[in-house]
Amino acid sequence: MTVHDPKAPVPEPADDVQSGDAVHPGHPVTVDRYTVGARINHWITAVSLVLLALSGLALFTPKLFFLTGLFGGGQMTRILHPWIGVVLFCSFALLFVRFWRANLPKRVDAEWLAHSSDLLAGREEKMPEVGKYNAGQKFVFWSMSALILVLITSGIVMWDQYFYPFTTIEQKRIAILVHSATAIFAICVWIVHVYAAIWVKGTFSAMTRGNVTGGWAWRHHRKWLRELVHKPAKSGTGTPAE
Amino acid sequence: MFPPIPNPSVDPAAAAPRFGEKDLIRRSASTIEPPATRLTEVAKLIDVTKCIGCKACQAACLEWNHLTEEIGINHGVYDNPMDLTENTFTLMRFTEWVNPETENLEWLIRKDGCMHCEDPGCLKACPSPGAIVQYSNGIVDFQHENCIGCGYCIKGCPFNIPRISKVDHTAYKCTLCSDRVAVGQGPACQKACPTQAIVFGTKEEMKGWADFRIKDLKSRGFENAGLYDPQGVGGTHVMYVLHHADQPSIYAGLPDNPRISPIVETWKGITKYMGMALMGVAAAAGVLHYLVAGPNKVTEEDEENAERLAGGATVPPPAGPAPLEGRRS
Ligand code: HEM
Ligand code: SF4
Ligand code: SF4
Repeated sequence: MTVHDPKAPVPEPADDVQSGDAVHPGHPVTVDRYTVGARINHWITAVSLVLLALSGLALFTPKLFFLTGLFGGGQMTRILHPWIGVVLFCSFALLFVRFWRANLPKRVDAEWLAHSSDLLAGREEKMPEVGKYNAGQKFVFWSMSALILVLITSGIVMWDQYFYPFTTIEQKRIAILVHSATAIFAICVWIVHVYAAIWVKGTFSAMTRGNVTGGWAWRHHRKWLRELVHKPAKSGTGTPAE
Repeated sequence: MFPPIPNPSVDPAAAAPRFGEKDLIRRSASTIEPPATRLTEVAKLIDVTKCIGCKACQAACLEWNHLTEEIGINHGVYDNPMDLTENTFTLMRFTEWVNPETENLEWLIRKDGCMHCEDPGCLKACPSPGAIVQYSNGIVDFQHENCIGCGYCIKGCPFNIPRISKVDHTAYKCTLCSDRVAVGQGPACQKACPTQAIVFGTKEEMKGWADFRIKDLKSRGFENAGLYDPQGVGGTHVMYVLHHADQPSIYAGLPDNPRISPIVETWKGITKYMGMALMGVAAAAGVLHYLVAGPNKVTEEDEENAERLAGGATVPPPAGPAPLEGRRS
């Protein structure tokens, strides 16, 4: 179906293209972006992150203590928060395994970042063509990975119900300072991530139905779209080349 | 001898509590209007130099508070149990110390427990409104119905005092017998002490009595005798007379200069303000950007380009930056 144009840029090793990514010609073109598994995995992560932010913030400041009501009171909030943390950690670890390859930094990321003011000002045509993820998305991915690692580590140190004897009080003090500061950054990264999904119209369907329109892919991830068109899925399951 | 506190009157009027909710000067995770007048500050003075280590106070504490300590095992030392617990609010800690000047073995016995700090780190750290309160007479008390069992008080306390119960998952520590003090009595430990190593009264009285004791000790050759009322926590409502007040830490690790840890101050201070501000700015920036820049919508043209590309045509990027391959080495 595809005509190979010799002048077309040779795609970089397409670790951008992930299993399940595929183009379906039509009107409009649709592009499969996330498998059912990836979407379920994402939503478990998303829900647990939001619950952690709410239950954590309830203890973070008296102004938000009322949020403990959502979890069945203060004692329940205290009990549930770390367990939801464990769910988040496991779920995110799976997401990490799924997505890390496509989030490896590329040369184009620096260029994309240099043009980020164009993006924010609505001149997206000035942006370089990027693969499945742009530098902003990669930033969200890697910073969340690091922050969640710090959160689970510090969280376990302050999880007195099960881990009290293993650390000194001084270590617990450091852990709680680190945990609360890290949580703030994680929430800020989350705000950026959710805002991007709201601002860039047509994104949500990637996480609901698993696909986006060809126009969306053309506009925001053109290199990925080109790779998909030029190197179509080999098998029925859509395993990409490379 | 310090005049003992008389037994309670049998007049029913004497049972009316002399302080309560209206006398709070601090309440955890809450801002409160401090009362117009402050009650006279009380204090318990523990004269370590008079203590014989009989543990009558430790037993009286369990008894008054209806607590039972687990039967433990003998570790070959006098300390029993080995640490404060959710049941043992007060614990005799025994230290065998060789005085380097006299080469004498000195048996230091310190009654450990909550110091009822004027600036309580436990209360500062507590996230749950009203789980820890401080009355204007200086008593710091835990209110179990509001406690969520998070253990933040343990991290806030400079003396390592609160303990979380494995049964009801709330924090416990010495109450300074707030229930007894409210009806004009002294703490149970003070009442039980056979040597008057524990005395109770107003903070002024206790300082005066301590002065008298310290003079006496100095006259007997304890030139470093002194009062332990650490100013790093604003003073305390449980004070010690020590024979070696220049080195409190020889008394089973009594902190030399206790203060609320700077880590706790940072966590409870700037982290909260900066954190709220940062999250607020991030959210506001999003809203503002949306209002100014508008949504980023896929155009008809984008869809057409994608259709052409998918149909096999070569579609150049829109007029944009130099093509990427030119820059690749
Ligand atoms: C990943 C595993 C996590 C674990 C094991 C964990 C554990 C804990 C624990 C033990 C506490 C003390 C309160 C309690 O006992 O419930 C706590 C507090 C808190 N957590 Fe987590 N947590 C985790 C993840 C997160 C995440 C992802 C966030 C935010 C996005 C977060 C935000 C907070 C906040 C804001 C507090 C309150 C800190 C304060 O009072 O200053 N936690 N966490
Ligand atoms: S455990 Fe301590 S800090 Fe936590 S709510 Fe109870 S009294 Fe407050
Ligand atoms: S000694 Fe610890 S528990 Fe007692 S009032 Fe001071 S900070 Fe609170």
